[in-house]
Amino acid sequence: MQPFTYLRPASLDEALHAASEPGTSVLAGGTTMVDLMRGGLAWPTRLLDISHLPGLADVQTDGPVLRFGALARMADVAENETLQRAYPALVESLQLAASQQLRNAATLGGNILQRTRCPYFRNGVSDCNKRVPGSGCSAVDGEDREMALFGTSESCLANYPGDWGTALAAFDTAVELRSAAGLRTVKFSEFHLPYGEDPAAETVLRPGEIVTAITVRATPAGRASTYLKVRDRQSYAYALVSAAVALEMEGDMVTSARVSLGGVASKPWRSPEAEAALTGRRLSEAVSLEAGEAAFKGAKPRRQNAFKIELGRRVVARAALTAAKRI
Amino acid sequence: MNTITLEVNGHLHTLAVDTRTTLLDALREHLGLTGTKVGCNHGTCGACTVHIEGRRQLACLTLAVAVEGRAITTIEGLAAADGTPHPMQAAFAEHDALQCGYCTPGQIMSAVACVAEGHARSDSEIREYMSGNLCRCGAYPNIVAAVRRVAEDAAVRHVAAA
Repeated sequence: MQPFTYLRPASLDEALHAASEPGTSVLAGGTTMVDLMRGGLAWPTRLLDISHLPGLADVQTDGPVLRFGALARMADVAENETLQRAYPALVESLQLAASQQLRNAATLGGNILQRTRCPYFRNGVSDCNKRVPGSGCSAVDGEDREMALFGTSESCLANYPGDWGTALAAFDTAVELRSAAGLRTVKFSEFHLPYGEDPAAETVLRPGEIVTAITVRATPAGRASTYLKVRDRQSYAYALVSAAVALEMEGDMVTSARVSLGGVASKPWRSPEAEAALTGRRLSEAVSLEAGEAAFKGAKPRRQNAFKIELGRRVVARAALTAAKRI
Repeated sequence: MNTITLEVNGHLHTLAVDTRTTLLDALREHLGLTGTKVGCNHGTCGACTVHIEGRRQLACLTLAVAVEGRAITTIEGLAAADGTPHPMQAAFAEHDALQCGYCTPGQIMSAVACVAEGHARSDSEIREYMSGNLCRCGAYPNIVAAVRRVAEDAAVRHVAAA
């Protein structure tokens, strides 16, 4: 790990001022940042610890907009009774992520900034355009079982690993970013970048900006929602495929559907194709499988990860049927 | 070097650490508290589980400078002042919930928190909420039995007190 100066600002204003200095990274729960630094994947010369700042961990779940302070801890938000009742998909995405030790430390703001688990990125030695731009992508001719099916390019096949981010993508979500220059709000669908020329560019977060809150527009679809995650082992693993589904129903007729996919895309992935296949239909097992089919129609499998298409079709279908039971 | 004061098991310790020093290394290398184990050293095995302000967290992903002023409890701080083992330590011994023992301090710290959180209401819930602690000897059935015993005893005491 490269040497760094540790800074503990006393206020958000002080933090925003300090964040603008070149070489500064923000430390919150540390579960991502310390790991990246130890792996040689982040090398700040100044580490700005915002975990003590007051007011940034508040969570508001009443009213027209849900508001999650960036420093709210995953484990605490998973216990929020209003969310458990009205937005089970959000709660399940937290409960099924990581372990309780990590959820006790990890923050919601840091969570959406976590980086891919692609082994070629993490191992620190393989050619990887995310780690060393221009060096190539080792997954193109390598092991691709865990790689993404959507939003990839020949320069990067890596998956976005987050559960919370995948669930957020099913809702009207926004991210509040603050810097010394002020506040800007970015739609969550535009917060993560699709892979373009430079796969190292993952979010629109600018140097000197700090994620201070995540907001979700309240919706009755939250109640009939679920987050289903399928893994190589029963617990404490990243998703092979996951899906968040949120529905509005009249009887067994779907009047509105929200579907997002995890474990299969370069960023949190909304599936308008699956939503269209559900909307206006009477929900049945057959219709749910049609939605799953639609969700993966545009998938680009490699040599070893085509199994995720059939798995994903069933994950979407099962999630839709589970969500519908929660009306 | 940064001079920091850590509160560990109720005692204050002043030590000089590099900013890169993790809580895990501070406990083991600076304070001689080697009960907290180094396993994977990147947050995937749970061997380094400690309590920070009563919450179970991983010492390997925690910087020592970042927990100045926060109360830390390690496996060395669980037993009563007279040396009587914590009920979870006793249950692990009684249920033979270990083989080589390397993961055991982390398992026990995690298990104490698991019961305190109220996440030990069934075997399946115990397995889910203890999944961050790996045991390569595969002592899982006996670990679940030990945690269940402590959770049931705590529930009985709760009813008796009511």
